[in-house]
Amino acid sequence: MKVRTLEQLGTLAEHLRTARDHKPCVRVCGGTGCRARGSEEVLARFQALLQEEGLAETVELKFTGCHGLCERGPLVSLAPQEIFYQSVEADDVRAIVTETLRRGVVIERLLAQDPATGRRVRREQELPFYRRQYRVVLRFNGVIDPTDIREYLALGGYRALGTVLTRMAPDEVIELIERSGLRGRGGAGFPTGKKWRLARAAPGAHKYVICNGDEGDPGAFMDRSVLEGNPHSVIEGMAIGAYAIGATHGIIYVREEYPLAIRTLEIALAQAREYGFLGEEIFGSAFSFDIEIVRGAGAFVAGEETALIAAVEGKVSEPRQRPPYPVHRGVWGHPTVINNVETWANVPIIIERGPEWFANLGTATSKGTKIFSLVGKVANTGLVEIPMGMTLRELIEEIGGGAPPPREIKAVQIGGPSGGCVPKALFDLPIDYESLTEAGAMMGSGGLIVMDDRTCMVDVARYFMDFLRDESCGKCLPCREGTHRMYELLTAICEGRATEADLELLEELAQVVKETSLCGLGQTAPNPVLTTIRYFRHEYEAHIRERRCPAGVCKALIRYVINPERCTGCLACLSPCPQGAIRGQLKQPHVIDQDRCIKCGICQEVCQFGAVEVV
Amino acid sequence: MTRLYINGIDVDLAEGTTLLEAAAHLGFEIPALCFHPGLSPYGACRLCVVELGDGRLVSACTYPVHEGLRVRTHSPRVQRARRMLIELLLSVCPSSKRIQDLAAEHQVERVRFSVRDERCILCGLCVRMCAEQMMAHAIGFVNRGYRRRITTPFDRPSEACRRCGGCLYICPVCELRCQGPEAPGVVCGSCATPAPTCPPIYEDLACYMGAAGACGTCVREPRPPARHMPDLTRRREGV
Repeated sequence: MKVRTLEQLGTLAEHLRTARDHKPCVRVCGGTGCRARGSEEVLARFQALLQEEGLAETVELKFTGCHGLCERGPLVSLAPQEIFYQSVEADDVRAIVTETLRRGVVIERLLAQDPATGRRVRREQELPFYRRQYRVVLRFNGVIDPTDIREYLALGGYRALGTVLTRMAPDEVIELIERSGLRGRGGAGFPTGKKWRLARAAPGAHKYVICNGDEGDPGAFMDRSVLEGNPHSVIEGMAIGAYAIGATHGIIYVREEYPLAIRTLEIALAQAREYGFLGEEIFGSAFSFDIEIVRGAGAFVAGEETALIAAVEGKVSEPRQRPPYPVHRGVWGHPTVINNVETWANVPIIIERGPEWFANLGTATSKGTKIFSLVGKVANTGLVEIPMGMTLRELIEEIGGGAPPPREIKAVQIGGPSGGCVPKALFDLPIDYESLTEAGAMMGSGGLIVMDDRTCMVDVARYFMDFLRDESCGKCLPCREGTHRMYELLTAICEGRATEADLELLEELAQVVKETSLCGLGQTAPNPVLTTIRYFRHEYEAHIRERRCPAGVCKALIRYVINPERCTGCLACLSPCPQGAIRGQLKQPHVIDQDRCIKCGICQEVCQFGAVEVV
Repeated sequence: MTRLYINGIDVDLAEGTTLLEAAAHLGFEIPALCFHPGLSPYGACRLCVVELGDGRLVSACTYPVHEGLRVRTHSPRVQRARRMLIELLLSVCPSSKRIQDLAAEHQVERVRFSVRDERCILCGLCVRMCAEQMMAHAIGFVNRGYRRRITTPFDRPSEACRRCGGCLYICPVCELRCQGPEAPGVVCGSCATPAPTCPPIYEDLACYMGAAGACGTCVREPRPPARHMPDLTRRREGV
């Protein structure tokens, strides 16, 4: 059935809402994290047991997108009781069905624990992890079944598109987006409305809108979760953008490594066509638009817009210098607007709730919310959405729950390999584009890696440089040779072979790579080096002057020794040692043979008395 | 026509002109290794970076002129960047006379990186020559990042290759080996030696084209330079 008018859409939504609301509902998280922890099995068990118990008709079972708290997956939430179960295993399903669904009894052991009080809480919102968040883009994640467009429609989906097509002129749409202050969520933070205006003004019979879903930062999964959890918000946003700039073709560029996102999108696109939200004369207007998926073949640099265009055109994804910008010469030479997944997903809700509502969120220059994937040495890893302007401290310590004791957080890496490491001393920094850039990091697409006192900052810089020298396309000299040379210098420092002159050279080289590289990858590649030198110079100096790694990470500079006063002679470390490097007898202090030790650290992990020390 | 300012000098140029052409028009020499007037601009060696009014460094070979643009072709930042880029080039291609000359011109006197002689700077001129002028598409890049190199498909003799030699002709680094009086170190510096090279002494000789200093004349007692010869020891000053 094709929806031709706003009234039809309203009736349909009303019908869908009333048809569903009264049924109890079990929502199993189908995000990649929970699937990895076995949520598919949990879902299958639910299906079987509901059938067995004769509840299949009266209870609705949904496989939703990411709930966010990936650390505690698989997650299951029950509506309308608002019960939030975590770490649910397939074997727990019978109890949930017989106890909770049948008798309304809450299963205490499956509830999440408030880390502050130790109390088990029933509702998601009672957890600090969720309480401090403000979910706009993710509002339907974990609520709707992403493979069923009716769920999105029941919650008001595609109403923004209908409103725009039937009641607004393209220029009005652009003006509205400009007033909202929306900026690109992919990294650089270019004003979205301005980009659209440039593309609208650019002459051309054919124009394109592209969704950049080439999320390649290590540890980042914001875009994936949006595509997997609520694909229609992206499709709707793209259709609105296409109408605003006068485009007829849309392309979603997704990494091949996201099979679930691609599958979900394919289903969503087919359903959107079925209902007439894509195709000819949408909502009875003269506007026709359709979207195709292009799969990326695993290159980090393809996230750079000119490289992405090359990839869409079927060429090797290598960037070219701008200008001309894609809004003037994009795919096959046509004006093209490229926005990131999260940017597109923000568009429908800005239309729905109005630009003023959006502009009221956030700070003076950074409006709205931002999704972060919070990972690393923090208690609650997962997907979070917060209003701009929240401090790093609130995000990491309150939502993230800080580092599990006895460890202490030292720094956070923001913005992936292009971002920088912000030290704990600057955690009162508000999260907005300008503050982060000033601190030497960047918003990036929203990867947030928390590091504790057992992380060596030189080693971190070396890790990112190893990633970048491999992911650099190799076209321009400073990025290709510069990242490789920076990696060599960082390796020398980590191995205790470097001199003060090497550190000076590293800084000098980093600056030149930043200034002269062709594209965003090279221009931001030195950020991990520059920020770690800026904030953790003492660690670099310890490696160089004292040949010492303060965090005890760099293998060439550390030794594992057994403290004879603590060693009880329990023999527990002898057999796990892959080198057979530990000698000792029962109830006698053991000794590590330094010549054979490969510094793997297994002995330290198995020792229950803390006798293995790093010196 | 578009008016722009290069090193403070205003100039009117046709739209579509690149900054490299614009600078050449005014006589400002900008080094460039991956640029050739007969091939499409590539912007990869970055030696031609110039500083714009807003502080950005962009490659002059790919940047089109636009109204009111302010450009500095030899600002301290540009020079510092070029020197580092040349040092990087020397560290992978020390045997190239072209790069040694560039190093001498830019006072690059040391290489602080470990040297590996790859005899290729991946400027891509040969790839573009083969594709754009010879219409053969016989060679291309493989791999990415620090593993990138130029080769034929699957490293096998290509049927598309007509052995025209265009790639060898255009290569900026493999055409001439630097042959100083002694086996050069990483930085040969013969051409930068303040001791007079041959031309000021023997105006008929042009041995700097071949083996500079190989004859040994210039290291002996120099004669006073001929009056009508330009003073080559004076550096070309950037504005």
